[in-house]
Amino acid sequence: MSDLAKTPTSTDSDTPAPAAPVPAVDPRLLVREEGLAGYWTEFKRKMRGGELGSLPVVIGLIVIAVVFQLKNDHFLDASSLANIAVFTSGLGIMAVGIVFVLLLGEIDLSVGSVAGMGAAVWAVLSVTHGLNDWLAVVLAVLTGLVIGAVHGAFFAKIGVPAFVVTLAGFLGWSGLQIWLMGGEGSINTPEGSVVEDLTGHFFADKAAAYGLAAVAILAYAASLLLDSKRRKAPRCPRAVSAIVLRTAVVPSRGRRRVRPERARGARGLPLALVLFLAVLVIADFVARRTTFGRQVFAVGGNAEAARRAGINVDRVRITVFAISGMLAAFGGLFIASLSGGATKSLGGGNTLMMVIAAAVIGGTSLFGGRGKVWSALLGMLVIQSIQQGLNLLGMASEIQYMITGAVLLAAVVIDSVSRRTQKSAGRA
Amino acid sequence: MSATPVLALRGVSKRFGAVQALTDVDLEIHTGEVVALVGDNGAGKSTLVKTISGVHPIDDGTIEWEGRPVRIGRPHDAQNLGVATVYQDLALCDNLDVVANLFLGSELKSASVLDEIKMEKRARELLDTLSIRIPSVRIPVAALSGGQRQVVAIARALVGDPKVVILDEPTAALGVEQTAQVLDLVERLRERGHGVILISHNMADVKAVADRVAVLRLGRNNGTFSVADTTNEEIIAAITGATDNAVTRRKARTATAPKEGAK
Repeated sequence: MSDLAKTPTSTDSDTPAPAAPVPAVDPRLLVREEGLAGYWTEFKRKMRGGELGSLPVVIGLIVIAVVFQLKNDHFLDASSLANIAVFTSGLGIMAVGIVFVLLLGEIDLSVGSVAGMGAAVWAVLSVTHGLNDWLAVVLAVLTGLVIGAVHGAFFAKIGVPAFVVTLAGFLGWSGLQIWLMGGEGSINTPEGSVVEDLTGHFFADKAAAYGLAAVAILAYAASLLLDSKRRKAPRCPRAVSAIVLRTAVVPSRGRRRVRPERARGARGLPLALVLFLAVLVIADFVARRTTFGRQVFAVGGNAEAARRAGINVDRVRITVFAISGMLAAFGGLFIASLSGGATKSLGGGNTLMMVIAAAVIGGTSLFGGRGKVWSALLGMLVIQSIQQGLNLLGMASEIQYMITGAVLLAAVVIDSVSRRTQKSAGRA
Repeated sequence: MSATPVLALRGVSKRFGAVQALTDVDLEIHTGEVVALVGDNGAGKSTLVKTISGVHPIDDGTIEWEGRPVRIGRPHDAQNLGVATVYQDLALCDNLDVVANLFLGSELKSASVLDEIKMEKRARELLDTLSIRIPSVRIPVAALSGGQRQVVAIARALVGDPKVVILDEPTAALGVEQTAQVLDLVERLRERGHGVILISHNMADVKAVADRVAVLRLGRNNGTFSVADTTNEEIIAAITGATDNAVTRRKARTATAPKEGAK
C-alpha cells in the first residue's frame, strides 16, 4: 500500500450515522491555495514528495549553458543555438514516438532502422525512380507507419514481447534498408528537394521568429483564460494571478528556442525547429486532451484495468507502435537532410540510443504510465547542447559518448531516486 | 421491495471441463435491496458473479432482467443492461488521477476533446452525493489509502448509473474505520435504489448491511435467509454444511418436512 506517509488521523467518528449529510471535506485535503502563495506551497510540497517533474532537466540545461558559455563564449551565439535546434529536430521527432511507447511501458528498439528505411524509401522512390518528391516523402512516412503497426500487431495480438519484436525489426529493417540502397551505398539529396528544405530552410525574416513566439504565448494565455471562465461556474476557479504567472513562464521558455534569429551571422528561424515544435504540440494535445491519449496512459498504468473499463487494449498498442514507426521514418528524413542524403548506415550507430536516452533524460519513466511529450524536447536539448558544446571545445567524439552516457545514467538515477521518494510520500 | 426482481437467476449451471462449478443456482435481486452472497472458498461465489457480469457465459438456466430473459455473453452485455461490478483487485490505474479513473472508458468529451472541467464537476458531485471524502480528485490513485481506493472503485462503478452493483469482497483488505466507510457506502447505494450483491466472508459485515443472505455450498444454493430473523450460527451452519449431516438427514427422513433452507 502506498499510504505509508499518511498519519492515521481519525477523520470521521460519525460512521454509525450514515444519514447525516457530512460535508465532503477531509482534513488532509490538498487544495492549492489561491494566487501566487499557493504555487509556492504546492511547489514545496511537490519537491518534498519527490515530484521533481522537469526541474532536474531544466536545471541541467542551465548548468550546461553556463559551463559551456564560460569555456567558450560562442556557445550561446545565435548560430550555435540554431545548430542545436536543427540537430535536435530529427532525433527529437523520433523521441516523441518513443515517449508514446514508453508511456505504454514498452520499448521500441527499431526506431533507428525504421528511420533508415524511411530515408531509403524516399531516396529510392524520389531520386532513383523520379517519383514526385512530396509523394515520396508521404510514402516514406507511411512505410514507417505500416512497419510500426506490424510490430504492434505481433506484440498485441500474438503476445511476443515488444523488446523481441522490435529487436527483430531492428535487424530486419536495416537489412532491407541496405538491400534497397543497392549498389550505390548512398543517394545524395538533390538540390531543392523537399527533404533538403527540412533542415536547410531558414526563415530569415525576424518577424517570423517573433511572430511564432507571440502566437505561442497568446494561444497559451487564451486557452488558460477560456479554462478559467468555464471554471468560474463550478467551484474550481483558477486565480488570474496564476494565469499571468503561467503566461509569463512561457516566453522565458520560448525565448531560448526563438533566439537564433537575434544575432548577425545566423540564418534565421530554422524550419526544422518549427516542424519539430508542431509535432510536439500535436503529440502533446493527443496525449493529454484526447480519449486516445488517456487510453495510452491507462494501458501503461494498468492494462487489465483498462481492459475491464472497455478499452480496446490491442488497438491502443498497435496504434502507439504505428505512431512510433511513423515518427521514426519522419525523423529519418530529417537525418537524411542533415547528412546530405540517404545512406546504407543511416539510422545505425547510436541513433537508437540517443533517441531513447532523450526521452528518459527528459523525464519519461521507463516503467510506463508516467511522462510528458515535452520530455522529448528537453532530453534532446540536453544531449545536443552537450554535443554542440564539446564540438566547440574541439573534444573528440569518444569523450562525447562518455559524457552523454554519464548524463543518461544521472537522469535514470534521478528518476529512480525521485520515484523512491514518491513511494514513501505515497505518490507513486 | 418491488414485485419483479430487477435481476433473477433461474437454474443457472456452469461447468469448467470436468468441474461442475454451479448447479441449478437461483438468485433474485430487487431494487433497493442488499443481498449478501456467502459461502466457503470454492463454493462458486466468484463464478456466479462472473456469470452475471459476463466474464463466464452460463451453460444452462436463464438470467432474467426486469422479468424478461436476457443473454449475457460478454462484459459489455452486462454493462449495457446496467450491471456494474467492483472486482476484488479494484482495477484502478494508479498513475491516473481520481477523475480520470472514474471516467475511464466513458470519458466526457466536447467536440472530441476531453472535457476535463465537466468531468471534474461530475466527479465532485458524484463523490459528494456518496459522502466520499478523498484528499483531492486530482491526485493520482496511487496516493490514496486502501479504503479510499475501495470507495473510488465503487464510485467508478456508479458512473454509468447501473441498476445492480456487484461488490466482490469490498472489505477484505480494509481496517475497522475503512470497513465502516464502505458499509456506509453500501447503505447509501441501497437508499439510492440500486440492487446490491455483496460478496463477503465477514459475518459481521453481512449482518450489518445485508437484507437477505444467499448461501452457496459446493456450487448449489444452500438456503436464503432474511438477515433480520436469522442468527449468525444458522448462516454459518449453512455455509459449512453443518446442516447437512447424518443427524439432519435422518431428521428429514423421519419428519417429512426438511429443515434445510432451500432446495
